[in-house]
Amino acid sequence: MFRHGSRFLTRATTTMKWRRPFSTDLPAESVADSNFIEAWRKVVPNVEPPKTPSAFMAARPATPSSIPSKLTVNFVLPYSSELSGKEVDMVIIPATTGQMGVLPGHVATIAELKPGVLSVHEGNDVTKYFVSGGFAFVHANSFADIIAVEAVPLDRIDANLVQKGLAEFTQKLGTASTDVEKAEAQIGVDVHSALNAALTG
Amino acid sequence: MASNAAAPFWRAAGMTYITYSNLCANLVRNCLKEPYKTEALNREKVHYSISKWVDGKPQKPTIRSDTPED
Repeated sequence: MFRHGSRFLTRATTTMKWRRPFSTDLPAESVADSNFIEAWRKVVPNVEPPKTPSAFMAARPATPSSIPSKLTVNFVLPYSSELSGKEVDMVIIPATTGQMGVLPGHVATIAELKPGVLSVHEGNDVTKYFVSGGFAFVHANSFADIIAVEAVPLDRIDANLVQKGLAEFTQKLGTASTDVEKAEAQIGVDVHSALNAALTG
Repeated sequence: MASNAAAPFWRAAGMTYITYSNLCANLVRNCLKEPYKTEALNREKVHYSISKWVDGKPQKPTIRSDTPED
């Protein structure tokens, strides 16, 4: 019954080698798919293979054996790319589990973001953004991808509107009757408290 | 199948992550200083015109907007 068991096992391990173990722990990828190019050359040897989307993307470098001195950050919003492959010393991410400082050589992680301040440390310069929520992917090769729904530099936030919103939602939280209304009011209080904390602290 | 791990309060109230994150983003946009606020809110507006087809012919289109202010 298990005569072929050992063969399946070896096959499973060999295929696992090129399959990605975790999305945060990507192996170094070749720019184009070599299987595709090989197959193309067999079928149409006199025409250059077309470029596939992966050929236009920069290959993700392999995890270096020693920890690099800089962290490479990609920070993207739905409508713009705030930081693209920027080399920084540290980022502090507002994760749902608490503030998370990410330095080069950080262990591979996926973190959900809560409304809060994302600070990017570059030597003595600190750039602070307020992010509304999203995800951060920290890769083993000292790359960090931060994806947010909305992010703004702190100086673009109006302190008066924050106070007004905080008061409004605190009042709404008291009068809310249904579960959804309560949750909406709670979200309002949370976001405005985070905005307030970002401006004052 | 959903896990038995503790869900956030908004999930317990029946909201999806998309609803939650869009609500948060909207609240942040509403707290911006003026030139940025209108810019951010305008960027998020979605308008579309919808027309029903009857007997293989499109009817007069109506314009829908997802922004509650309009």
